[in-house]
Amino acid sequence: MRILPFIASAIVTVGLVSVLNTQLPSGTAKTPKLGYFLSPQHGFWKNAEKIDAGFDASIFAKDLKGKVDVYLDDRLVPHIYADQDEDAYFVQGYLHAKFRLWQMDFQTRVAAGRLSEIAGADKLSIDRFFRRLGMVYGAEQTEKYINDNNPVMKATVDAYTAGVNAYLQQLSPADLPFEYKLMNYAPEAWTPKKTYLFLMFMSYDLTGRSATADLQLTNTRDYLGYDLFEKLYTNQQDSLDPIIPKGTLFAMPSIVPQKPLSADSAYLKKQPPMMAINNYSIPPQAPDKNNGSNNWAVAGSKTKSGRPILCSDPHLGLNLPSLWYEVQITTPTHSTYGASFPGSPAVIIGFNDSLAWGVTNAGRDVLDYYELKFKDSTQKEYWHNGAWQATTNRQEIIKVKDSSDVIENIAMTHWGPAMFDAHYQNPQSKGRNLAVKWTGHNASTGVETFYKLNRAKNFDDYLSAISLWKCPGQNFVFASKSGDIAIKQQGSFIARWDRQGDFIMPGTDSSYDWQGIIPNEENPMMKNPLRGFVSSANQKSVEATYPYYLGTASSFPLYRGISVNKHLAKMSQITPLDMQQLQTDNYNVFAEVARPALVKFIESSKLSYDAQKMVQEMNNWDLYNNENSKGITAFKIIWDSVEYAVWGDELAGAEVPLTKPEAYVLLDQMNKDSNFTVADDIRTKGKVETLKEQVNLGIEKAAIKWKELEKDNQLTWAQFKATRVLHLTKTPALSRFNLPIGGGVNIINATTETHGPSWRMVVHLTDEIEAYGLYPGGQSGNPGSPYYDSFVDTWAAGKYYRLLFLPKDKIKSDSRTKWHIQFSKA
Amino acid sequence: MNKESLKIPISILLSALATFAIGLYGELPWWSFAVANFIIAIAIPLKPWVHFLTGALGVGAIWAGLATGIDAANNHILSTKVASILPLQGSYVLLIVITALVGALVGGFASLTGAYLRKK
Repeated sequence: MRILPFIASAIVTVGLVSVLNTQLPSGTAKTPKLGYFLSPQHGFWKNAEKIDAGFDASIFAKDLKGKVDVYLDDRLVPHIYADQDEDAYFVQGYLHAKFRLWQMDFQTRVAAGRLSEIAGADKLSIDRFFRRLGMVYGAEQTEKYINDNNPVMKATVDAYTAGVNAYLQQLSPADLPFEYKLMNYAPEAWTPKKTYLFLMFMSYDLTGRSATADLQLTNTRDYLGYDLFEKLYTNQQDSLDPIIPKGTLFAMPSIVPQKPLSADSAYLKKQPPMMAINNYSIPPQAPDKNNGSNNWAVAGSKTKSGRPILCSDPHLGLNLPSLWYEVQITTPTHSTYGASFPGSPAVIIGFNDSLAWGVTNAGRDVLDYYELKFKDSTQKEYWHNGAWQATTNRQEIIKVKDSSDVIENIAMTHWGPAMFDAHYQNPQSKGRNLAVKWTGHNASTGVETFYKLNRAKNFDDYLSAISLWKCPGQNFVFASKSGDIAIKQQGSFIARWDRQGDFIMPGTDSSYDWQGIIPNEENPMMKNPLRGFVSSANQKSVEATYPYYLGTASSFPLYRGISVNKHLAKMSQITPLDMQQLQTDNYNVFAEVARPALVKFIESSKLSYDAQKMVQEMNNWDLYNNENSKGITAFKIIWDSVEYAVWGDELAGAEVPLTKPEAYVLLDQMNKDSNFTVADDIRTKGKVETLKEQVNLGIEKAAIKWKELEKDNQLTWAQFKATRVLHLTKTPALSRFNLPIGGGVNIINATTETHGPSWRMVVHLTDEIEAYGLYPGGQSGNPGSPYYDSFVDTWAAGKYYRLLFLPKDKIKSDSRTKWHIQFSKA
Repeated sequence: MNKESLKIPISILLSALATFAIGLYGELPWWSFAVANFIIAIAIPLKPWVHFLTGALGVGAIWAGLATGIDAANNHILSTKVASILPLQGSYVLLIVITALVGALVGGFASLTGAYLRKK
């Protein structure tokens, strides 16, 4: 035994293992534990799935009541056949975990404000934002409500939870999903609260934009003054084609919202902030403005078969793993197929053996800010309705990796959390104490709406199912085999007076509080209209004669709805293929009206050669945002540049980011008022620019960009747009780039750079149900699996898969059925 | 061929097999094979630097073999991605080499340590 060499060697060995077992710093991030990560029997190599892997299995679980058979088809879609509803949800939970565990865990962490726990202090400001907004608070309200009042939903979510945990329990460190190994943490047990947190996240994604937009709009109004503000941010949309057609009569409102007497002076006019704080936190990016969707249903009178066809395509961020997971659930009570959310039981957008349904975002304003006057720095009391009201304290603890816990003490008011106060501000809140009131805070049995839709047999069932729906407000479209079609905008909507909630409201005066929730019967609805179709594309649901205020016009895109309705009105003998072509249509209705308006101002003879070439490209364009088109690229950079020339300087002088005026405002001005004063560049003193000058200036600036693109050979729309599907952590190696697809904002095929139709579905309500669908992702969340992104190319090409929806005896022998997982009671 | 000259191939083989066998237990930490190599080196009398080599070769070979097999069956899907996340310019071959190297180093030093523990 040679002591010294032994000790030296031992130290080197132990040291080497330690270094390989530690996360090393790499820029702002950290490497994985390299020894663990590279080990072929423990690390990422274990996640490299065999191309010809089989998925047959026999699983025993003590929580099951009976047997469940799962048949996986060649796209790895599971078809679940259970003898009991709860067993079906158990298995759905198990399969969601088996194929998408990391994503479920990660997305609910984000919603819970627990990113810092795994990613460090970098993420603290995002976590603080979500905690203070009340995401966890809202999930708790829902959990308590369901536990106390809804045993069936409780049992459903409990069964789903047990399924997820049954999968978790048999996972060894070597079998963890790839991202856990990369980021060095482990999954934790699933709880019902995580399901409710996931649904809170969807609420935030679809209604939470107000949390940033309301502040920005208030600052914009303060900067411009209300009169100029009204001109640039008008709610008037002359070309609106609402979801419920113009000319519809509305019932007398049961609530007549009363605008407070002080509104003109205390609300619409600029109000100086009460204090100034410099303790800023950067909020997360607000939800994408384009979060929205298309849906429509055509009645038998317009189809070739005489049966209705329903279409739904939700527009959300394009991510890997996808938000959606296809599944079929068949039990003695119901048989349904569609896109589900990993994180929640039931089918969310889909069909059953009697009918089909789909959703688009309503876009209604359901989140408001109230400015608080605290008695003192303890924040224990605030002035409201002529007296000091007491707050209660809500404490949220944020764990931070490699650092100490951060404690948020949030004063709870009668509206909701005092989100902004002396301890928390961001560049937009400008030192104000602000309480937030959001329908997302209210307990919701949203899960029950899907549960009931999955089982619905007819229009009455559909109506009953959606009547429970509170947040986020959606336009639910419906079509049944028996021939009914319908659409209803449903949610907890506030009975607002004109412009109530657009800006921060005074919190001392109770006349600004919400005056009531609009009763379900007064929410816009249409059933079996004479015109033979119903549709929505996030436009306003009703015209201005509707007795309640919907929210700012900027929340309701104009043009997609015009496009959809134009097509549906003139189509007949419609087939599912026609509907697929409509969903992927690239025609640019906005450019159709904007290009001629723009062209009026162009002085070609004065333009540079490059600018002339670019303008010619725009003029020769066929108005389709096709992937190979250069004309749309020209139009887009020209329009954006002109917009910037007109608005840019006006808004650039502010210290905080301001809201950009909507495109139709500039378009209107181009068509009506060529002496538009805002076109004047305030930076050039002594010279008043006209719209004409700004347009041509904008075009010259755009020509510079055009030349650059030409040099880099990036002129076609698909090259310019570079549509990509990003991994949730934005890791490039795990993402898909440069997809050859057209479309864009204002287009039915609403595909932008990172956003678009995250699920496309076409359902023909024949006896066997002829359905088509797909999403840009894959059923497996494992980046090492060939099923990770197997649908992406098909999606980009505008094609669809035929969805397999069969009874148990037929699926066993179908040629597309590949594997069988048998679940039995242990 | 005598018993002496067989000790080297036997050491390499044992190192590889023990590493593989221990690696089948996913609940054990990834570095457990180092302990096995340490013990093997105590058991088989060879010069320390020879044990470094047999340990390194045994583990290196099994890690390289496993990684290559897994990689081929996976059509290089994941290895290419990992070789971009790590600064390897997307080369899955380089990734396999690094994998083998890491295993070999740990196996080698663990064996070396065990060899020094033997009576001279």
